[in-house]
Amino acid sequence: MPFRLTVNGTTEELDLPAEIPLLWVLRDVLGLTGAKYGCGIAACGSCTVHVNGRAVRACGMPLGEVDGPVTTIEGLGGPGRLAPLQEAWIAHQAAQCGYCQPGQIMQAAALLADNPDPSDADIDAAMDGVLCRCGAYSRIRAAIRDAAGAMRGG
Amino acid sequence: MSRWGRITRRTLVLGSVAVAGGVAFGIWQTRRPVENPLVPEQGVTLNPYVIIDRQGTTIIVPRAEMGQGVHTTLAALVAEELDIAFDSIRVIHGPAADAYYNAALLRAGVPFAEYAQSGWQQTVSGAVGRAGRVLALQITAGSTSVIDAYERMRLAGAGARETLKMAAADRLGVPRAALETEDGAVIAPDGTRLSYRELAQEAADFPVPEPNLRDPSEWRYLGRSLPRTDMRDKVTGAAVFACDVRLPGMRFAAVRRNPHLGGGMHSLDAAPAEEMPGVERVIELEDGIAVVADTTWTAMRAAGAARIAWGPSSHPPDTAALFDVIEEAFDTPYNARLRDDGDAPAALAAAEGPVIEAEYQVPFLAHATMEPMNATAHHTGDALEIWTGNQAPILHRDAAAAAAGLDADAVTIHTTFMGGGFGRRIETDFTAIAAQVARAVEGTPVQVAWSREEDMRHGYFRPGARARMRGAVAQGRAQVLEAQVAAPSVTRQAGQRFLGLSAPGPDRGHLEGLFDQPYAIANYAVTGFLAELALPVGFWRSVGASFNGFFHESFIDELAHAAGRDPLAFRLDHIRDEHAASARTLEVVRDMAGWTGQTPEGMGRGVAFSFGFGTPVAEIVEVGLEGDAVRIRNAWIACDVGRALDPGIIRAQMESGLIFGLSAAVHGEITFAEGAVKQRNFTDYEILRMSRTPRIEVEILEQRAHPGGVGEAATPAAAPALVNALFDLTGERYRTLPLSRHLRFA
Repeated sequence: MPFRLTVNGTTEELDLPAEIPLLWVLRDVLGLTGAKYGCGIAACGSCTVHVNGRAVRACGMPLGEVDGPVTTIEGLGGPGRLAPLQEAWIAHQAAQCGYCQPGQIMQAAALLADNPDPSDADIDAAMDGVLCRCGAYSRIRAAIRDAAGAMRGG
Repeated sequence: MSRWGRITRRTLVLGSVAVAGGVAFGIWQTRRPVENPLVPEQGVTLNPYVIIDRQGTTIIVPRAEMGQGVHTTLAALVAEELDIAFDSIRVIHGPAADAYYNAALLRAGVPFAEYAQSGWQQTVSGAVGRAGRVLALQITAGSTSVIDAYERMRLAGAGARETLKMAAADRLGVPRAALETEDGAVIAPDGTRLSYRELAQEAADFPVPEPNLRDPSEWRYLGRSLPRTDMRDKVTGAAVFACDVRLPGMRFAAVRRNPHLGGGMHSLDAAPAEEMPGVERVIELEDGIAVVADTTWTAMRAAGAARIAWGPSSHPPDTAALFDVIEEAFDTPYNARLRDDGDAPAALAAAEGPVIEAEYQVPFLAHATMEPMNATAHHTGDALEIWTGNQAPILHRDAAAAAAGLDADAVTIHTTFMGGGFGRRIETDFTAIAAQVARAVEGTPVQVAWSREEDMRHGYFRPGARARMRGAVAQGRAQVLEAQVAAPSVTRQAGQRFLGLSAPGPDRGHLEGLFDQPYAIANYAVTGFLAELALPVGFWRSVGASFNGFFHESFIDELAHAAGRDPLAFRLDHIRDEHAASARTLEVVRDMAGWTGQTPEGMGRGVAFSFGFGTPVAEIVEVGLEGDAVRIRNAWIACDVGRALDPGIIRAQMESGLIFGLSAAVHGEITFAEGAVKQRNFTDYEILRMSRTPRIEVEILEQRAHPGGVGEAATPAAAPALVNALFDLTGERYRTLPLSRHLRFA
């Protein structure tokens, strides 16, 4: 079935089943491997991307239900044009194994778009669905706080 | 000279560097020089750790980067001596090669307590370490990477630097001693700069002199928190994990194996899978199938659609039956009594006060790495190339070769970043399956992914374990502590899997974290019993200490309370004269937390200590009540890593190790029915989330000359510190895990 899908500003014509989860379209069809498979049932958050600016679990969103432009970690920022959250992640040296981090950063980006000045409780509530097996949570929290400050200041 | 010729000469050079590093090659097999496995397409290799080409300098870190920061710290060891700008270097895992054996790992087989050794490094460079090379142990495990590399990789940097200076001296006609090095260049007295890139070819023809290592006071990189070499790629999505490998023409495969562990496949009707659009092949495995398709999604659905009649499990059917076997081990002859101070049975019989007795039990656990097992392989008939996130490249290469029907030297292994390891990626099963699938679709590259459910149910589990503890106190001190532990042996099972041999004799790993703790107790006996279970068990972050730490430090707490003592002061009294550095960690954590021994209503605090992996760690956990739920509020960690090579990374590892231990203590439990794991996903195998993770403070002490391990050191004390805090809060002593069976957590 034909679909038009806009990912990171590029529109793709795809002929795929409507049920295929967005995650596998990104990873296996388009070769955008930043979003990660962790659970397949929207229980770990490693696959978090934005659809219409909202954080969604790409593993649980069928292609047929994608109702707007998609942004992945590759579209948030890259070398030479890092997003404030990515800068803050580097400043705090937040990642360990790094596997969940694209999901963490995309979830955090959606939080800051909604709430530019989150409390620690707001951060915990927003980030609770994104698991980190390395337990990098304290640096993730600190990086979000700093990025929020930088984004408000700038 | 041809490139091969040059590399042969470097081979001999490395031998001399290695000798200078104190890796004493005393016997025939270990005296042969290590071959340099590097054959750069372009550029020059000066030893197995350094390649210089037109792009600059690449450092080979032959240990698995699975989050613990090993790439950064080991590269810094080389960079410190080589004098290159840290932000200019490239770091790669490098090939599977004997040159990269881990000498420090083998000490795990030696039955003595580490804290009692006069010099940790003596063990590493001594007779035990040599065996690591014979057994081809290029393994990342046991928190040994830094311990093993501490001299070796600095010598590699220094040796390369000196040959570059020799080349410059030759070219400029000045003595080598007159030359300086700085940021990737040799500087002549007249200010002439010759970059390493332009000198590398010539340098490769000079023999390496015996370099002197710099005094730590001169260090620029080591001892500082460096920016991790993998950080930028990990925050932009550019970091390549094995599941991110994309090759031209690559297909995607999923596996489905018999959940009844050890059982085969009675019958297979592959038609429902084969009929699905996008499916290319259904391949029979020994205990299941792999489906090759156009996407991972198609492959996973098709694997689920095949109709399969599974054979029954070959193991005891359920959790109760497994623990019966573990309990029965107490009635068998013991395997090891690694501590036997005084006369524990006589002291128990003669105890003035009551004998304190307690039994503890911990469950089987899964690693549950965030990245499920997977590997990508390309079989071209006479060769196999495989991309796999693994902690043991030689073992994985050999397993892939066997599965692909090839000789080991026909297999090229690429080690990628790992989305967590924790011991799971030592095991070669996922690499072997990928090789087998690649063989079946010869000529087509294929990525073989496991679903979370397959990963959860086909692990090498942290074994369930039971302990029987007895003790007695008098005059505020422990008079006797007798500990008996029963569990299946990870060491023996892994020895059989990896080396085809089961080392007889005392199993040290089984009692690690129990027999080797620096407590002075007059009558102190620690005995291990091995349960005969073939159910797959494996190395899980901190291995035996993951359960022994819980047993020991919970019971020490019980003794302290029986003696009417403050549990922290009680520990200090027993440790101070036995190992001063360990006692210091307790004093520091006491002061960090403002420990008074008193807590207000609704708050509890617990302390625990463990010495393991060369590093003593003291932890305090604070809990509070929120309604009828417990919140883990705060934690404090004091560790003595000897020499802190990268404080930022060490802090992260301490937090990580603690959280890993708390996750298991609160939630972790793998249970069985019909020989199959009942848990499927993170919904029934939960880990701590951000909101449940305490605020953590870490203090790093450096009281000894050599670095200790950090990747696992903080895990063993986590569960007992929490359980001891819950005792303080509730008066209830929890002796079985996980705690979510007893309590609700906020």
